[in-house]
Amino acid sequence: MGFKFVFLWTDVALYALFVALVIYVWRVIQQPALQANWKKVLHDPAALSAGLLLLIFTSITALDSVHFRSALKPTAGASATTPIYYDTRTESLLDRVLARQMAMREITYSAPMAYLGITKESLEVDGKTVRDYPRLKFGGAHLASPEREWSGDVIRRVVTGLIGGVAVFVVVLLFVGFTIRHAHGGVVNALRDIAADRTHYPLRAMAGTLMVVCLVGGVVAALMNHYHVFGTDRTGNDVLYLSLKSVRTAFVIGALSTLATLPLAVALGILAGYFRGWVDEVIQYLYTTLTSVPNVLLIAACVLMVQVFLDQHPEMFETGVERSDLKIFLLCMILGLTGWATLCRLVRGETLKLRELDYVQAATAFGVSHTRIMARHILPNVMHLVLITTVLGFSDLILYEAVLTYVGVGVDPSMSSFGGMINLARSEMSREPTVWWLFAAAFIFMVTLVLAANLFADGVRDAFDPRSRNFRPRVITTLSGRAVKPVANP
Amino acid sequence: MITYLSRRLGYALLILIGVNLFTFFLFFSVNTPDDMARLNIGGKRITQEQIGKWKAERGYDKPLYWNDKEEGSAKLTRTIVWERSVSLLALDFGRSDARNAVNIGHEIKVRMGVSLQLAVPVFILQLIASTSFALMLVFFRHSRIDFWGVVLCVLMLSISSLFYIIVGQFLFARVLRLVPISGYSGGLDAVKFLIMPVLLSLLARLGGEARLYRAMLLEEIGKDYVRTARAKGVAEHWVLFRHVLRNALIPIITSAGSYLPYVFMGSLVFESFFGIPGLGAFVIEAITGQDFAIVRSMVFLGAILYIASNVLIDLIYTWVDPRVRLV
Repeated sequence: MGFKFVFLWTDVALYALFVALVIYVWRVIQQPALQANWKKVLHDPAALSAGLLLLIFTSITALDSVHFRSALKPTAGASATTPIYYDTRTESLLDRVLARQMAMREITYSAPMAYLGITKESLEVDGKTVRDYPRLKFGGAHLASPEREWSGDVIRRVVTGLIGGVAVFVVVLLFVGFTIRHAHGGVVNALRDIAADRTHYPLRAMAGTLMVVCLVGGVVAALMNHYHVFGTDRTGNDVLYLSLKSVRTAFVIGALSTLATLPLAVALGILAGYFRGWVDEVIQYLYTTLTSVPNVLLIAACVLMVQVFLDQHPEMFETGVERSDLKIFLLCMILGLTGWATLCRLVRGETLKLRELDYVQAATAFGVSHTRIMARHILPNVMHLVLITTVLGFSDLILYEAVLTYVGVGVDPSMSSFGGMINLARSEMSREPTVWWLFAAAFIFMVTLVLAANLFADGVRDAFDPRSRNFRPRVITTLSGRAVKPVANP
Repeated sequence: MITYLSRRLGYALLILIGVNLFTFFLFFSVNTPDDMARLNIGGKRITQEQIGKWKAERGYDKPLYWNDKEEGSAKLTRTIVWERSVSLLALDFGRSDARNAVNIGHEIKVRMGVSLQLAVPVFILQLIASTSFALMLVFFRHSRIDFWGVVLCVLMLSISSLFYIIVGQFLFARVLRLVPISGYSGGLDAVKFLIMPVLLSLLARLGGEARLYRAMLLEEIGKDYVRTARAKGVAEHWVLFRHVLRNALIPIITSAGSYLPYVFMGSLVFESFFGIPGLGAFVIEAITGQDFAIVRSMVFLGAILYIASNVLIDLIYTWVDPRVRLV
């Protein structure tokens, strides 16, 4: 069966981001100073573990960013010359992986792991009509008499999942032990050193994170084909599926918006700091004007405009997916265009300092052109600010998305996002019985993602900004192992 | 002082004109007054007469930037951009675009009072709570209390404020039935409606701010005068309160001051979740109703408040730090 790739705006932007990352990694390998800083990040256990989690979320995003439309089967008797028609539904690779979860669609809400619906319906049992909870179409459908079999089945699956998770974990651990065997004198010694946290990088913390991921992932994977692990939403969609789809939305908002701020912020910041005088005045005026408008209002105003624009130009997209994708892409651009002031101010301040330094003065004396000085001498030296602001902004934007979607100026309702899930959950918390699982799923996924992003960002900031390292909380212990409070700050 | 204030005033005017032109351009570059009329009248079949009437009622029946039909300076003044800008700069917000055409200025006056009832306690308590928490962490620095305190902060700031609100409402209003879920009433009754939004608002921002203030305090604590004070034998708590806190107040005030405009503008999320009829809820209504006149007025008001609070922060600096001179 044929298919055609669909390149959505955000897909292309994410691919571009990926290419940029590869180039950046290559540069890091080339430059010893950068490499040393990144090694500091790798030496931070929290940042390393958070990086592992982020890597998993990134792979989900990557899977969900390859979109295609499969060809419809040609009607019987059609000649070979008839054009191939494609499905109106745009799918991603993640949809293919989770095809079963997508198909497991119930009528309405159902609790996590349930095999019965949550509201009573009129059912026909042996020719008589009774009011009872209906069986779900998919959740626990394989059980013949669920009252007796349910708990046994769930336990069996959980145990299988745990065993599978442990197996994956052990394989990965052995592989890691095998790769570092030379430095530690054999695989067994290497594993022992990991357990005692005597490795070059904090592998023990990473192994702990990996173990949790493997166990949770194993259990979920073992259950998800026959139960709704996180229940279903109002229209019966599997909440686990929705949450996994929301990861990409959060990622797109977090990554593309911060990326969109960079060109303006860096270019204007360097220009203002380098040329000073009226250029500086104009640029300062621009960003003061921008920051004096309340952020949410500015974004709301822009999004309203985009909404009108999209309504007037229906020819720009073929499917609903493309429309909501263009909307989120424009939202990222708006967030970028309204959020560059902070970074611009930082870059300007740093450039003001840098331009007085000897090497810049020397370059000027040699007659190097302004453009070249800015590009070769100043830009590389403000990059650490850019990096720190970018990683710190990532998690803020994910949180911001939820608020914006709640206000009604965020992601399109047809696109699954954490904000949308919270919004739905909010109206259902007052139901009887309480529908809490939508809320719980959004909470778990969002907190994991944001926490991982925050910890990673802290690691990066500590590595690249020497000042911030002093603020790291660390317990100083005496020889007897008790924590002490020193009088002076070292 | 006077030169400072007059300079700030001049700059403020420039910025306000910029903000006004910017929002105007933003709104009208994408949709014309005709589109707005269609949107607001609603319904499928709209005649040109209806649109004309709607525009005439609201003064949108002129060209946007340049009026060719008029003579002399009227070419510039008999346009939408001029009339709207002048009235905004004179703080006359006019009426909303929606069918009921509420008086925006009156609405702002009434609702700002309500917003202040929620935002002033939040602002003051926030400053006290975050600073005390940060002081505690700094006092116990390099101990387990500090370490786990910071872990708690990071965890708290990773949770969206929406989660705090939903859980808080569910727990205290639905399960424990201590306070009403949402709503508002004037007078002393307001306390029972406001107590939960105030507390949840404190909790939602505590993590991020306490961590920030902790860093600011630690920055001060590493300085020489602190070492001198310790060398003289000043007690640790005395060092912290008399020396460190007073010097760290400047960055703390700067950071807290950035919330000042929102004290008057009201919190979007908290007001609409708890059904408090303040300015934040007003904005959300305007956004969902796509009422551009209200959004533009609020953008303008926000800009004024931002500039005013910046001046206020500068004035507070002179009080906190006598070395600061405003010129």
